[in-house]
Amino acid sequence: MTSIFSTDGKNVACTVIEVEPNIVTQVKSEDTDGYNALQIGAGEAKEKNTTNQLLGHFAKANTSPKRKLVELRNASFEKALGDSISVDEVFSVGDKVSAIGITKGKGFQGVVKRHNFRGVGDATHGQHNRMRAPGSIGAASYPAKVFKGMKMGGRTGGKRVKIANLEVVKLFPEQNLLVIKGAVPGHKGCYLVIEK
Amino acid sequence: MDAIKFVQEQSSVANEHPVFRPGDNISVSYKIVEGDKERIQIFKGDVIKISGGEGNKTFTVRKMSSGVGVERIFPFGNPNIVEILVNKRGKVRRSKLYYLRELVGKKARIKERKFIKS
Repeated sequence: MTSIFSTDGKNVACTVIEVEPNIVTQVKSEDTDGYNALQIGAGEAKEKNTTNQLLGHFAKANTSPKRKLVELRNASFEKALGDSISVDEVFSVGDKVSAIGITKGKGFQGVVKRHNFRGVGDATHGQHNRMRAPGSIGAASYPAKVFKGMKMGGRTGGKRVKIANLEVVKLFPEQNLLVIKGAVPGHKGCYLVIEK
Repeated sequence: MDAIKFVQEQSSVANEHPVFRPGDNISVSYKIVEGDKERIQIFKGDVIKISGGEGNKTFTVRKMSSGVGVERIFPFGNPNIVEILVNKRGKVRRSKLYYLRELVGKKARIKERKFIKS
């Protein structure tokens, strides 16, 4: 992330995303697959790490092996097998987009971090070890169980999320860069799906 | 290619502000937008710190306003800064002049840096 000044002097926090041209690796249609979709690939993969089945799949589209494959259902643009999609074809400055990615994994976390609980009680007045506690998780002999889905501690992050309503601030088609206002899920260098 | 550096270079406006250091007395003229009106206000005081680097470098100016100390932080890249004037070069022995916050009146003065002509 970085920040840039807008023309009216406001400092806008934004994320710089590198968007290499995506290659259409498969065109799915209602007749053959039952639904319309474009399968696109991005990121270079090593040939030795790609299975023969996938190598054949990429050879059909006449492209090098890709690391990520994503299917776009009912895409708003028409593309043929092997075509590339660049940033400026799809996005323009001012567009509202959403970013889909996998958030940073945070390991086993308590309820305060995981579910924004407030903890129980005070720090002083004789209290101890209750500051980040979850509190009661149910009643007594009735219902005599803890309800399913009760918010408790556990594995946090590492989940697929979608952040909507992010604004495109800048575009650099020659450098394949997209600058988006705000933050996106995931660690540095991770793969994202940007949707309009 | 460092993408973030590239974006910062492309989006920053080239400004040619004079070089100043902590201890210098400067006047910062900056644009204020009120509704649809624009006016220029001047903030005059001593630079008490310069912090950050590259895209988010800022400087802090401190002045006494009717007996109350006022500090303002300006980002170097802010396009609303119209002009910076250096009124006086100060002679100080540290880069962060937080000690000025405890001092008032004559004690809060900064000695002027004299240039020796060769």
